[in-house]
Amino acid sequence: MQSTIKKPGFIISILFILIILIFFVSLNTGFIRIPFQDIFRVLIGLDQGQNQLVIFQFRLPRLFLALLAGAGLAVSGSIFQGITQNELADPSILGISSGAGFAVVLFLSFYRASSQLFSQFSVLLLPFVAFLGGVIAALLIYLLAWKKGVTATRLILVGIAVNAAFGAGLIVLQLRLHPNDFMQATIWLSGSISNSSWNQVFAILPWTIILLPIAIYKANYLNFFTLGDPVAIGLGVEVEKERAKLLFLAVALAGSSVAVGGGIAFLALIVPHLTRKWVGANHNYVIPAAALMGALLLLIADMLARTLLAPSEIPVGLITSFIGAPYFIYLLLKV
Amino acid sequence: MKDYPNHQQPLTKSPIKRSIVGIFIILFGLGLLVISMIASILFGAAEIELTTIWQSIVSYDVSLTSHQVVYELRIPRTLAAVAVGACLSVSGAIMQGVTRNPLASPSIMGISAGAAFMIALAFAFFPGTTSLGLMLSAFIGAGLGTTTVFGLSAFSRGGLSPVKLALAGTAISAFLQSLSSAIAIHFDVARDISFWFAGGVAGTRWATLEVIIPVVTIGLIGAMVLSRSITILSLSEEVAIGLGVEINHIRILAILVVLLLTGAAVSIAGTIGFVGLVIPHITRFLVGADYRWIIPCSAILGALLLVLADIGARMINPPFETPVGTMTALIGVPFLLYLARKGGNN
Repeated sequence: MQSTIKKPGFIISILFILIILIFFVSLNTGFIRIPFQDIFRVLIGLDQGQNQLVIFQFRLPRLFLALLAGAGLAVSGSIFQGITQNELADPSILGISSGAGFAVVLFLSFYRASSQLFSQFSVLLLPFVAFLGGVIAALLIYLLAWKKGVTATRLILVGIAVNAAFGAGLIVLQLRLHPNDFMQATIWLSGSISNSSWNQVFAILPWTIILLPIAIYKANYLNFFTLGDPVAIGLGVEVEKERAKLLFLAVALAGSSVAVGGGIAFLALIVPHLTRKWVGANHNYVIPAAALMGALLLLIADMLARTLLAPSEIPVGLITSFIGAPYFIYLLLKV
Repeated sequence: MKDYPNHQQPLTKSPIKRSIVGIFIILFGLGLLVISMIASILFGAAEIELTTIWQSIVSYDVSLTSHQVVYELRIPRTLAAVAVGACLSVSGAIMQGVTRNPLASPSIMGISAGAAFMIALAFAFFPGTTSLGLMLSAFIGAGLGTTTVFGLSAFSRGGLSPVKLALAGTAISAFLQSLSSAIAIHFDVARDISFWFAGGVAGTRWATLEVIIPVVTIGLIGAMVLSRSITILSLSEEVAIGLGVEINHIRILAILVVLLLTGAAVSIAGTIGFVGLVIPHITRFLVGADYRWIIPCSAILGALLLVLADIGARMINPPFETPVGTMTALIGVPFLLYLARKGGNN
């Protein structure tokens, strides 16, 4: 294991280069193929025609959304796994994502000022709503799992139960939606960034810009948790306080990603594993590398979602769970 | 397993008392079941008189709408709820007994998702499949789910712990569901499928029941025949071997029965969660560890629960039908929380 760990800086730069490469390939692929030289013509402003419309209104917002949501989910998963010291923790398994999703659908079923499901104003509010739902879910799980302390097993079982509860609530809410919204909500809940607009990019962007650096800054505390609570306390860490802060951070990152991308499953679970395999256990490197890896994976998954069954699109969440579920089962057998 | 004391609860009361409780549940439960079945036929969008039920059974008159409603819609629906409830809870009871795992149940172990996946395939590739075709696909799918889960426990060192099993089931369900959704979206049958699943037992007709009821009967009889061996197997493998029980034969037969029952249930009503988890626990609490009592009592209580849940599904938000799975989740979620708090100490 130790021998496979490369220099973190090297891995991070490789990931960075890969993201740029895939970004351009992804701009090129889709229902309408746009040759590379045309992409550059559009980007430097020479082409004003159809290609410009496709790239600026459809492809670019979507790719940015994939990058931001992927990074957010991956970092959120890394933090969850760090603070629970459990390799199987992940916002969707713990029911945080479904809490956020439930809050969003609840919000949309009441707030229908325009006939559009994702109208101008509501889209900017969505991350807050999703965050709120995520926090409520996290609190519920924590309280229900509390019995003179919390164990990882109990957290996961309670998470499964809370997940099922939100799932049942969601179905009831969905049935009250207008039939058109019902279909849209169904696709969104299975994780989709296909109808993305710049509005959604601007909705998630501030969250990522603020939260991601904080996560990288706080990464060292995750290293202390690895040593176990007594050692961490001995080193002068205020364990409970820092754990709560990090939990808050992870919920916020997951919530903002769910708000724009819906239930993108398993990404937050597998990225931290892959990252730890390559850069080692030091969270100072894991967090930034996971952010890049998550962005890269979601970018690739989105490209597959557009092209695999073209002309129909698969929600990207289905692609991630298609890849993630077998990996998860492999982990389960190994742990 | 000592974390789940309820599961291996010793026979604290004497066997005679337990069988009195069992007989009481069967008689009293059957009475309640009949009453709730009548209620299920009475309640709904169209007003039905109590006498109409009797008349439409003994002297069916096609020209009368009320007779048609009762005979063609309400009675099949109610019978379907009885069959599905009994199937799911007996499947759950057998699975919990054979695996000695308190979380084992059709929906948690991904069996229902497997059946649903094959039904999605049938919708996509063979539009207009008959109910017999749907049932066959559900069986194959249930088999797929079961094989995966049992395969996983075989490959995992020391078997799967309750939590790992629940997680593996969640992952397998998620995997199969994403496959089904992808198929549904690509072949543009998502609407058909979601309507079919959300329908629960609402759309059941006599034609379906004629196929299903023999299968259900065979499954339930099989479960009763196996019940004694399952009791011994649920206590401990060593005891079972010592008493000369052919463990592997019993396991294979038990899996077959579970496949029949779960496949039948899913092909009628889609995936309805928690019945197969909750009912066996409640029954075990009431009648003790003897599966000769657990299985028939589970069947009756499961049928009762689902008939009531189906009535609730119609009443809660009329004229819309709330999915029956939501109603069972209402009961199942608190129960799962209770199990989690009681058991998950390590």
